[in-house]
Amino acid sequence: MRDVAIVSFAQSNAECEVRNEVEILQPVSAEAVKASGLARDEIDFTCSGSSDWLQGQPFAFVMALDAVGSWPPIKESHVEQDGAWALYEAWVKIQTGEVDSALIYSFGKTSPGDIGQVQALQLDPYCVTPLWPDFDSVSAIQARVCLTAGVVTEKQMAQVAARSMPDACDNPNAVRKGEFSVEELLAKPYSASPLRDHDCPANSDGATAMVVVAGDRAKELCDRPVWIRGFDHRIDPPALGVRDLTRLPSAAVAAAKAGAVEDKIDFAEITAPYSHQEILLRREMGIGDDVRVNPSGGSLAAHTLMSCGLNRIGDAAMRIASGDGDRALAHAGQGPCLQQNLVIVLEGE
Amino acid sequence: MGIRSGTAGVLVPPVEYDPQTAEALEDFVDVGPGGEVISYTWVSRPRPLQPLQRPFAYALIKLDGADSSLLHIVDVGGDAVKMEIGMRVAPRWKAERKGEITDIEAFVAEGEARPAPPVLGGDLRPVKSIITPVRLEYDFSAGREQSIFLRALATGKILGARSPGGDLVYVPPRGADPRTAEPTPELVEVSDKGTVVTYSIIRVPSENIDFELPYVCINVLLDGSDIPFFHVLQNCELDAVRLGMRVRAKWLPPDERVESVESIQYFEPIDEPDVPFEDFKEYC
Repeated sequence: MRDVAIVSFAQSNAECEVRNEVEILQPVSAEAVKASGLARDEIDFTCSGSSDWLQGQPFAFVMALDAVGSWPPIKESHVEQDGAWALYEAWVKIQTGEVDSALIYSFGKTSPGDIGQVQALQLDPYCVTPLWPDFDSVSAIQARVCLTAGVVTEKQMAQVAARSMPDACDNPNAVRKGEFSVEELLAKPYSASPLRDHDCPANSDGATAMVVVAGDRAKELCDRPVWIRGFDHRIDPPALGVRDLTRLPSAAVAAAKAGAVEDKIDFAEITAPYSHQEILLRREMGIGDDVRVNPSGGSLAAHTLMSCGLNRIGDAAMRIASGDGDRALAHAGQGPCLQQNLVIVLEGE
Repeated sequence: MGIRSGTAGVLVPPVEYDPQTAEALEDFVDVGPGGEVISYTWVSRPRPLQPLQRPFAYALIKLDGADSSLLHIVDVGGDAVKMEIGMRVAPRWKAERKGEITDIEAFVAEGEARPAPPVLGGDLRPVKSIITPVRLEYDFSAGREQSIFLRALATGKILGARSPGGDLVYVPPRGADPRTAEPTPELVEVSDKGTVVTYSIIRVPSENIDFELPYVCINVLLDGSDIPFFHVLQNCELDAVRLGMRVRAKWLPPDERVESVESIQYFEPIDEPDVPFEDFKEYC
């Protein structure tokens, strides 16, 4: 395997953007390229993740290329997924030896539409989408399955939020933050029972960009390269009623295949849009109670759809690069009740 | 109706392949119609497309005889306290059924359900398609530079963005130079006259276009810009349209102009000599 390092990362998240997608992405991509130390034309490959459904514009992902520069013609690809999966494609392409470096970017602006309706289009088009369940509803159904099975408690869910929102106070990219006691949170009304507002993602608009480089070149470019030591993604069956919603087998397999459990990790950055999902993910991926999870505040602090997974990876990498930890697990999750899970293991030089 | 799988029992709705082994499945079995609520959430403010327009529950329902559960809705008359795990429910059918999941209007408490309507037996024709109406609304924000462009159209001006370094002007401005990704904060006015660099004659109707068929769409390179601009050509015989011809925007009267390209009604030919192909071939 070729060693690949994350050498730079930039993101922006805002509650509601008036800028268009190109204007959101341009400064973020420029910042990541500049911080990488590479000139734009030295980056071999460009790969992005986004969804045209959020913009309501066919081929919106092509128009976003204005924000990253594409002349002379570049080698480019796109996935209709969180940017974390675009990073996976770039990493695989580097493994083939065809390229040595890549710019990965993603963006999501959900504020123009009704995210609940748009996400219902991800579900089974014959038997589920015609009923138009939003993700808050299907996640609430999962939460109640977990509560009924005794796998989580409402108090534990509130503890996740009560820890994430103060953590987010140090994160300039968080859109929801503050100090709350578990009792205060439990006293709030349900928004989609048994979920309360703070159990649900802090939806935001934004963009993310990252540069990865293979081998010794990465060591020349930064003081402390953050190496990708393991990388895997897996998927569970699509039918919600077929899955045991208290389990996330795809997350467990991805973590094991990525080698996350082989050695101790100093912290984890994971994509848990709903508070109960953090508890499930911890258990499935073997993250011990003593390991700090989501020092960024995670999705409860800012959840830019299509970018949040890549943000978790970038947040973890920047934390290691600054010397705050040596080995971390980062995770991206997508789909109804976290159907798709991706795990990456990062290690500082 | 469910389907029997080798590894997961009877699955409802039926799936074509076993979720674990991918074995093709074909053993259909009757299930329900009654069942048990496995989990639910309460929807207090239904969205427009959702099946009921008063509060209801989305629920996972395990139908009698099934091993997986079905996602559907439960109608308890808007009273959330009537929902509980393990409650018995049965379908309330629509009077007119089409072979769609929404033929079940909602599940209701089993005691309130009426007997299932007679099954129209013997129809084994494959269902070739179903229709799910989709209506998504967006509050589109044009962005910073395009907003300036649109506001200028309301005043009868066409603006472009000058590339950093100044050699090219993009119309409309989008916020960045597509070659280099540098921001393009400098906006300049370009002419409303230009040269046709390509065209197409439209003979098929389109719902939201009022022009009489056939009509001509053009890509016009406005004087002072470096990207062709898309619009419609009028007041020109079809066989007179040609590459290189000179045209000009026909604007709405000033008090009717709005923040939209519709402020330009169309382009029309003007009495200027054609531009030689060599001079615009890069833009075709």
